[in-house]
Amino acid sequence: MFFNLFFELKAAKVPVSLKEYLTLLEAMSLNVAEYNVENFYYLSRSCLVKDERNLDKFDRVFGSVFKGLEPPDNPDTAEIPEEWLRKLTELHLSDEEKAKIEALGGWEKIMEELKKRLEEQEKRHQGGSKWIGTGGTSPFGAHGYNPEGVRIGQEKSRHRRAVKVWDKREYRNFDDSVVLGTRNIKVALRRLRQFARQGAPDELDMDGTIKSTAKNGGWIDIRMRPERRNTVKVLLLLDVGGSMDDHIRTLEELFSATRTEFKHLEYYYFHNCMYEKVWKDNRRRHTEHIPTSQLINTYGPDWKLIFVGDATMSPYEIVYPGGSVEHWNEEAGQVWMQRMLDHFKHACWLNPVPERHWEYTPSLQMLQQVMGHRMFGLTLDGLDKGMRSLSR
Amino acid sequence: MKFTGTDSYIATDDLMIAVNAAITLQRPLLIKGEPGTGKTVLAHEVARALERPLIEWHVKSTTKAAQGLYEYDAVSRLRDSQLGEEKVKDISNYIVRGKLWDAFTADLSPVLLIDEVDKADIEFPNDLLLELDRMQFYVYETQETITAVNRPIVMITSNNEKELPDAFLRRCFFHYIRFPERDTMQEIIDVHYPDIQKNLVREALNIFYEVRDVPGLKKKPSTSELLDWLKLLMSDDISPEVLRNKDPKKLIPPLHGALLKNEQDVHLFERLAFLARREQGN
Repeated sequence: MFFNLFFELKAAKVPVSLKEYLTLLEAMSLNVAEYNVENFYYLSRSCLVKDERNLDKFDRVFGSVFKGLEPPDNPDTAEIPEEWLRKLTELHLSDEEKAKIEALGGWEKIMEELKKRLEEQEKRHQGGSKWIGTGGTSPFGAHGYNPEGVRIGQEKSRHRRAVKVWDKREYRNFDDSVVLGTRNIKVALRRLRQFARQGAPDELDMDGTIKSTAKNGGWIDIRMRPERRNTVKVLLLLDVGGSMDDHIRTLEELFSATRTEFKHLEYYYFHNCMYEKVWKDNRRRHTEHIPTSQLINTYGPDWKLIFVGDATMSPYEIVYPGGSVEHWNEEAGQVWMQRMLDHFKHACWLNPVPERHWEYTPSLQMLQQVMGHRMFGLTLDGLDKGMRSLSR
Repeated sequence: MKFTGTDSYIATDDLMIAVNAAITLQRPLLIKGEPGTGKTVLAHEVARALERPLIEWHVKSTTKAAQGLYEYDAVSRLRDSQLGEEKVKDISNYIVRGKLWDAFTADLSPVLLIDEVDKADIEFPNDLLLELDRMQFYVYETQETITAVNRPIVMITSNNEKELPDAFLRRCFFHYIRFPERDTMQEIIDVHYPDIQKNLVREALNIFYEVRDVPGLKKKPSTSELLDWLKLLMSDDISPEVLRNKDPKKLIPPLHGALLKNEQDVHLFERLAFLARREQGN
């Protein structure tokens, strides 16, 4: 039973295990879902999905595995095509519109065509100009623009059950690939932790006190120790201006999250690619800048380096001396990138451009090469991977 | 034994299925959702509806899993031994029972709420795996095994501050409480304030969903905040007309402090409201 669902979920990378599958079967045998399709959907969701980020994936898989599944207790919607055809009677047409129908070949022809398309079409459909569905310009379907359109399934209350709960995909937002908010970012950044006790001893060390008191023959001997703190050091280099303006909001959120999450955080700005200088204040970027070599000398190799940028530029800006759009650079961008990477062993690049667009940008590919495939998307998932690669 | 919501708690279909599955199969139910959507309240209501005692275990960042089982009070035993008390000879006098122990040995199987499990240390859920699975644990000091007489109904809430380990998740049912839609929200309000004027609720809901839709709010107001705000509106006798008032001088809704909990959000809302009103004026 439900083998397909289980394996399709596995294939869709929803983490499901045998234990959960058995739980589902047990629940089914105890009749929790009461032979009701919607309840079965809720039950299997509750059994198999343990993270709201996977809910959308689950909805998609469920939709495709149980395609054509209808609640048996409602014969009205069991045979959709008939219902759709009946809707014809609700069609109110003006004389003008009727004339237009004639242009298509008259009622009979349209109906015939409709039947034919219903046979051809298998899936729910939206948009487009041929298939039956919603929002398109085909003569058949709902919310369309074609004046001689046959309105099918537009009346919501009656067809509510036909639009299946899982088809609504209400959990889209929780998908991993969605760009994130400050709170999410903070949680992801917590992967990057290195606890150590450093600084002034201001916390009572209970175990130490007991041990040394015992050694002292019962005379109390209080031991103090420094508080445990996150000592990870982060050097953040942010690309500003130009094409990065589109991502300013995401960047603001990332920035505010990193600021509160890490005690040792330094940040500098650059434009498009690393060159011989960076700056700290964007308003005075042309007058007050810091040589990149100074970064290398100031911050030790234990600092974790995070680049944030869209890596979208002309390839010249990376490869050739003098390629920069802003100034004359004696050495090529990739030389400076390499120097930084040689010094900072732990580095990654976070890119706000959606990952599926990456392959179309040559400069992005080149920087990915330079980074040794440590470039990640600026999504919850990417951030997570990035932080993992940094703590390796 | 089925949970179908109560007179003061509106449960959606999917939530009911999840709760009933957890009750029937005697597995823990993990509940996540935006803050203020009634995760903790759910456990209270389930306990009330099924007429079971509720045992609450509020987890903090310093909570250890062992504290839920039992603690051995060595200090008072040491003191008693110096005072020469008789009960010092029996170690079981110094075993302090934890919430899990209470839940396992209760006469009527209770509802055990483990609240905000994500606040604890990352190892916390792992330490409870066996205890929640088999509903038993071993007391080393007295060398006895405590087994649940009646398996309690375990409800666990999480705010997603930390990822929970897979092994833990596998043993639970999971439900994500989605933010209620307008209809559900109306039902929830009807349940809480039955005598509130209909049009006041309508205006308030309008404003509420408007506020939730403002892009870039740091903390979106949720159900519990809406209920608080309505209570304030009622106690201050604010009429629906005031809420509908589009006077440009009064840009933000009255008593907004109940809805917006962050001064940056208030500023943002003021700015956006100002822009919106100015556009309307033109």
